[in-house]
Amino acid sequence: MGFLSRSWAIAQKDIIAELRARETVFSMLLFGFLVILIFNFGIEPGLREENLVKPGVLWAAFIFAGILGLNRSFASEKENDCLQGLLLCPVDRAVIYLGKLLGNVVFTFIMGIVVFVFFSVLYNVDIIATFLPIGLILLLTTIGFSAVGTLFSAVSVGIKARDVILSILLFPVMVPVVLAAAKSSASVLDGGGLSGGGLWLVLLVVYDVIFLAVSVMVFDYAVEE
Amino acid sequence: MTHAPEPAIEVRGLWKYFGHFPALRGLDLTLAKGRFLTIFGPNGAGKTTLIRVLSTQLKPSEGSVSVGGVDVAARADLLRHRIGLISHNTYLYAHLTALENLLFFGRMYGLADPRTRAMDLLTEVGLAGRMDDRVSGYSRGMQQRLSIARALLHDPDIMFLDEPYTGLDQHASRMLRGVLETLHTRDRTIVLTTHNIDQGLEMCDDVAIQVRGRLVFKEPIGAIDRGTFEEAYFEHVGKDYRWDS
Repeated sequence: MGFLSRSWAIAQKDIIAELRARETVFSMLLFGFLVILIFNFGIEPGLREENLVKPGVLWAAFIFAGILGLNRSFASEKENDCLQGLLLCPVDRAVIYLGKLLGNVVFTFIMGIVVFVFFSVLYNVDIIATFLPIGLILLLTTIGFSAVGTLFSAVSVGIKARDVILSILLFPVMVPVVLAAAKSSASVLDGGGLSGGGLWLVLLVVYDVIFLAVSVMVFDYAVEE
Repeated sequence: MTHAPEPAIEVRGLWKYFGHFPALRGLDLTLAKGRFLTIFGPNGAGKTTLIRVLSTQLKPSEGSVSVGGVDVAARADLLRHRIGLISHNTYLYAHLTALENLLFFGRMYGLADPRTRAMDLLTEVGLAGRMDDRVSGYSRGMQQRLSIARALLHDPDIMFLDEPYTGLDQHASRMLRGVLETLHTRDRTIVLTTHNIDQGLEMCDDVAIQVRGRLVFKEPIGAIDRGTFEEAYFEHVGKDYRWDS
């Protein structure tokens, strides 16, 4: 059984557990809705139509809700000390990292799509015209967010105040991703399509590649006691 | 000319620190292949830490540790498919069924036919009738029986058992004894830690006592008077035992 099929086994296990427990995606969605709703009430009605504000609201909701999922990612492995059972398996640590990452990407992407639909309704966005380009930006952002988030989730899992620690570790590193996602989606929401945010999309891709590679390399140290 | 049997476990001058706290203090241990060692010791003696180092979960701070001829600090990856661990933690996913748990770990261990192996083990531990039930609905004893099946999935050469009787009912304890007997007759190397003197002395070949991060006693079972062992244990541990004394 190969590297990827073992990683998929881990992701599949997380997806099955989530389908039964409905803890992660549900809480992420609820939180995402609430963030968008609060911004909706907090921002002046005229400004709500401004495309300068919209991307910020969307990506703030995405990041805050995504953190909840990342917190659950390794916390679920602490129950019955499952993480130790996983680490006892004769597999490369990168297999475990990729498996957990795949699960996080699936959960976060689903949350992102649903939150975007909700956001489109409240902020009067043409969902038909923007769905595909925003979907692509969302996918690239999800990969970068989950690549770093899975690593930091593993680092913080043994710490009592892991929710706070994860946020403190993750937010500063997420700045380039949020910036690139907001700038490229602003262009899409303005009707300029993906071409308007070309360089920002390149930045997202570069970020994803670099942080995926770095996270695979250092994950072994992250889970070592 | 006869040769000494090849050691399955060889530990020299093992120290393990947690911060500045030494949980293991220069521990030495040699165990030949196919032997069954029981380690007794009071709470805080470092038994669990020793098992975690031997089973590659923790890296030694100082000293050398070889299990199955493999240096655990340098090449733990080569060792993991040869060792099994049963502890008071079950390492089971509560939202998965018993069968799904075993299939998952079977895939992680790269078994050729995980389903057949899982079914055989579920029958052996008496859970075949509940294999499609989620682990979250299992009693503590049933979870522990399933964790025994999980540890045996890949048919390991060397078994580590850290307080495995914790929370087991009579039926599950008897089943665990049966599993240990079978492993022992199949020449597997076994290391068991326990507080329970009767259960610990039942099947072992060697007996050790661990106190304050060191083995202070290790003898073959034949050299021990079972009737007075408890007295001897307290002599080694000390009646007013305190870790930091």
